Amino acid sequence: MPVVMIFYYLISVYLLGILVWSFVREKKSVSDMVLYLVLATPLVLRVLHIK
Amino acid sequence: MSRMWIVKIALVAVFGLVIGVAGAQLYEHRHFDTPIVAGPGVTRVAKLSDYCPTLKGTTGDTNVFFLESGVSGGTALVIAATHPNEICAALTAFVLVENAMPEQGTLIVIPEFNNSASRATWPGDGYPLYYSIDTLWGEKTFRMGGRGASPVDQWPDPDVFVHYPEKQLLSYIDSRNTNRTWPGRPDGVLTERVCYGAMELIRQENVNVVIDLHGAETMFPVTNCIVAPDKSVRIAAMASLTVQMQEHFANHVEPSPLSFHGLSHREIGDYSDALPFLLEAPCPFLDQPTGPKTPQLLLDGKDAFLLSLAQQKRLFVPYTEEGWPIEKRVGQHCSVILEIFNQFSKRYPDLSIILSDAPKYADLVENGLGVYFHDPSQAAPDGIYYE
Repeated sequence: MPVVMIFYYLISVYLLGILVWSFVREKKSVSDMVLYLVLATPLVLRVLHIK
Repeated sequence: MSRMWIVKIALVAVFGLVIGVAGAQLYEHRHFDTPIVAGPGVTRVAKLSDYCPTLKGTTGDTNVFFLESGVSGGTALVIAATHPNEICAALTAFVLVENAMPEQGTLIVIPEFNNSASRATWPGDGYPLYYSIDTLWGEKTFRMGGRGASPVDQWPDPDVFVHYPEKQLLSYIDSRNTNRTWPGRPDGVLTERVCYGAMELIRQENVNVVIDLHGAETMFPVTNCIVAPDKSVRIAAMASLTVQMQEHFANHVEPSPLSFHGLSHREIGDYSDALPFLLEAPCPFLDQPTGPKTPQLLLDGKDAFLLSLAQQKRLFVPYTEEGWPIEKRVGQHCSVILEIFNQFSKRYPDLSIILSDAPKYADLVENGLGVYFHDPSQAAPDGIYYE
C-alpha cells in the first residue's frame, strides 16, 4: 500500500473517532446526531474496506 | 437507559438498515453479469490482461472476442462501453459478437472496455440500475453503468489529473475516464492500465483500424458524427457521405483536436500504426434538461423537454416525437462500422476487412434490436461468456 494511502486511512480513522465521540456526547439535537451518522458512513465503509 | 440513548440506538439501527438495503442493491448490480452468446464468427476469446498482466484479477480486466476469417486481410478492433452509460455502444458490440461472420481479415471486439465503470451507476443522477431489451425468447437484461471507473476500484481522485505521457492537466474526474487515459501505462491507475492493455493489443495483433463507440447528448455539438484525426479523415469522410447517400442518415465528420490529449482518436493514431475512429450516436438520456431518467427514456429517447428545445432549434440533431429509439442508434453504429471497413478495404485491398451477417441501419429499424440477441439457454455452455 502506498504511503499516501496509509496516511489517508489514518486520517479517516481519526475523523471517524471525532464523529463517533461527537455522536456519543450529543445530548439535545437529533438533527446533529443524524448529521454525524451521515458524515461517518463513507468513512466507516472506507476504513472497513467494504466495497 | 435515558431517552436520548434510545434515540441514538434507534438512529444507528435505521442508518444500518438503509445502508444495508441500498448496499445490497448496489452489490447485486456490481456483480450482475449479462450473458453474451458467441456467434458463429467467434474463433477465440482472450482477456485484456493477456496484453497487460497488471490487470489480472482486477475489474479492469475484460473479455476480448476474436472473429477470425482465416483469409489474409486486415484487422479491426471495435471498442464499446468506454463510457458504459452510452448504452448503444455495448449493444452494438453484443450484436456484432453474436451475429457477425468474418469473410476476410479479423475483427476483434471488446464489449465492456471500462468494465469497472459498467459496474457503478450514478444514483445521484437518478440512473436506473438495469434496463431490458425485448427479444424473441424473453427479456435480456443489462447493467446500466456510469461514465468513469467505479471509485470502489480507483480512488481517491487526484486534485488535478496529469495525463501520461503528455503531462497535460485535465479535470480530476477524468483520471477514471478511459477516454482520457490513452495511451496508458502498465503501472498506472486502473484506467491507464486498461488503455495500455488495448494499446498492446493493437500493437501485438497488428490492428489496422480501431473504432471506439460512444453516445452523446443531443445538445452537444459532437454528436451523430465520426471523430477522426488527419490520418483517418479521408476514410471517415467517405464513410459519412456513403451512409448519408445510401442509408439516408446523417453522420458528419469532426476533426480530432491536436492538443487535447488522452482521447482514443488522438492517442491510438499517435502511438500505433492503426487508423482510429470514434463514433457518436445521439443519446437523449444523457442530456441534462430531460424528465425522469427512466429505462424507457434510455431506450426510446423520447422526452417532451427535448422536443420543446428541438422546436427552438437548440439541439444538434433532428428530433421529433419519435425520439431516438435504440434501434436507430445501434443501427447507425453498425452501418458506419461496416462502411468504414468498406472504405478501408477499397483503399488498402491487401488489408480488406469484410463481414457478413452483421445487420445494418435499415435491418435494425425494421426488425428491432432483440431479434439479434440469441437465447443463452439454447446455446452450448462453452459458447456463453459473461460481461
